Amino acid sequence: MLTFTIRRLVFAVPTLLFIALVIFLLLELAPGDPMAQVPLTVPPEVKEAMRQALGLGEPVPIRFWKWLVQFFWIEPQVFIDWLTNKSFLFGWLPDTDVYVPCSDATRAYCDQRVISWQTRSPVMDIVMQRMPQTLTVVGLSYVVGILIALPIGIYSAYRQYSVFDQVGTFVSMIGYSVPPFFSGVLVIVVFSVVLGWFPSIYDTTHRVTDWDSFVYQVKQMIMPVMVLALQTTAQISRFMRASMLDNLNQDYVRTARAKGMTEWVVVLTHVLRNSMIPVVTVIALGVPAVFGGAIITEQVFKVNGLGQLLITAIQANDLPMVQTITFIFAILIVLFNLIADVLYGVLDPRIRYD
Amino acid sequence: MTDAAVAKPPRNQWWDVWDQFKSHRGALISAVIFIAIILIVLIGPMIWPYEPTKTDIRNKNMRHMLSCFGLDWGAIAGCLVNPTESGIKVSWWHPLGTDQLGRDLFARMMFGGRISMAVGVTAMLIALVLGTAVGVISGYFKRFDWALMRLTDLFLALPLLPLLLVMVMLFRAPLSATFGTEQGIFILMVTAIGITSWMPTARIVRADVLAIKEREFVLAARSIGTRPRKMIMRHLLPNVMSPIMVSATLGIANAIITESALSFLGLGFPPDFPTWGRLLNDGVQYMQAYPERVMWPGIFISVIVLCVNYVGDGLRDALDPRIRGL
Repeated sequence: MLTFTIRRLVFAVPTLLFIALVIFLLLELAPGDPMAQVPLTVPPEVKEAMRQALGLGEPVPIRFWKWLVQFFWIEPQVFIDWLTNKSFLFGWLPDTDVYVPCSDATRAYCDQRVISWQTRSPVMDIVMQRMPQTLTVVGLSYVVGILIALPIGIYSAYRQYSVFDQVGTFVSMIGYSVPPFFSGVLVIVVFSVVLGWFPSIYDTTHRVTDWDSFVYQVKQMIMPVMVLALQTTAQISRFMRASMLDNLNQDYVRTARAKGMTEWVVVLTHVLRNSMIPVVTVIALGVPAVFGGAIITEQVFKVNGLGQLLITAIQANDLPMVQTITFIFAILIVLFNLIADVLYGVLDPRIRYD
Repeated sequence: MTDAAVAKPPRNQWWDVWDQFKSHRGALISAVIFIAIILIVLIGPMIWPYEPTKTDIRNKNMRHMLSCFGLDWGAIAGCLVNPTESGIKVSWWHPLGTDQLGRDLFARMMFGGRISMAVGVTAMLIALVLGTAVGVISGYFKRFDWALMRLTDLFLALPLLPLLLVMVMLFRAPLSATFGTEQGIFILMVTAIGITSWMPTARIVRADVLAIKEREFVLAARSIGTRPRKMIMRHLLPNVMSPIMVSATLGIANAIITESALSFLGLGFPPDFPTWGRLLNDGVQYMQAYPERVMWPGIFISVIVLCVNYVGDGLRDALDPRIRGL
């Protein structure tokens, strides 16, 4: 199992490099000019110097290499410094100083970070600012979706073709089919415009300090979380049902019943544990897709998370930002594919990759 | 007993498929609705007197006919018979209402449906051809298998929605300049969606081809000297038709949703060129006062996708010979 994991990890490196290259070459074709916003009174030689400062003058392979160095070598240094100096978890460690900022003119050498063309600040700083919003909304919706999906899947398999099962099938079909940009708008129309229960715009500056502000936070999170959770629920409850049905007719279930075990033990201990194996991998595989879906949901509810950052960066032709965020999504996909494969091997002793 | 079985005239296998498909009620109803929507969308604009882009500022912001039912009980009938006297701005000439420039929403919905359907079907065909080609080649010719499957894995690892957004942003201007705004964006959308959604088809087709390749009839065909080209066309492709058809139906749904999502994010077709996603996006601004403007396109996208998914479900059952016999 360990060799398999290591082999997969090693194979993930060329995959990620290839994806980074594809994104980079695609963005290379972009017609946008980062100097387009600079006033016309700025002389051309100054503009040229500004382009050089943004690292634009050099040939493509060198720029790709520099981006790789920035992303995989310099940004982790910044992150380590941040962890040991400021973070809540590892602040007790001795302060490190691996990153050399360019603002410090006393040193001969300095590390250039990935700079956004839009804001002229490091891309990863902005990403870290936006990350909590995306994680709370997306992460919570995924957890809620799974928690709703599992009991539905178990019960509809146990009572196959019952009314509950039929309704569950229909509802999950709807969950599949209604795109989030419509279900989001629909719940806004119903619950914000007509009923006025929840705010239609997610306020990220809101801080939870007391009970009332907590209630407001819950209110503003319900709609985006439920819209995203509907999709998760639809998919995972179907998988759970199919997987339970595969196991319910197995011989060991009959044996367990023949031994005189209660239905509760048979279904929830014997069948459920075996049925969870494929479902867990599906749950792991679904994580990146949920991040992708959050791009649209964030746009609908005006959550200023990663997805919204990507859209504004695309509209503003901010190529380093687009490159970095797209690549972060790619890392998520590759990582969770790997986790799913490894989990499958760990959970199911019949599967041996070696 | 055997006599009766023999006496039964031989029958095309598609009749069996049709019989099984009919027995899936949801799929049958969905197929009828799907065909009905296609017919309305295709024929409607030829009959309907209003152009989708014709502005009529005097009749702007009209409500839909269903808003008659929001009136008092006594007034509903009068409103339905003679809408102009009812006090609210409705008319049978604009049953779904008009937008902020007085463009008829029914005409726009039909026109938008045409575009959405065209995008869905064309993108599905591109994805299908690509996926089948990759699947058959990597399943049949061993020497291409490894490379093609790694390529498929790489494509599956790409973050598709961000890449689609980037592609649309990059190629919109050059393609619009070459082919004209509408055609350029149509080509862009269809290609972008097509080349990012062929991977599942390729995997399914490859698995099926690998299984069929080992069967006796393929061996027999090879022993009489059938060339690979003929072998694929004659023996392999007809036998992998059923998974291809199922992924074709699901591909339409996927393409329609993707196109609408891109249009919704403002990176699809231009505003004066309605598609369902675009209309939904336009309606969001007026959501508070005129919720119907987001409801019509949203409902139609959802219904189409729901129907297509059900048809795919029914087709999967109907094309599976193990289920069909029962």
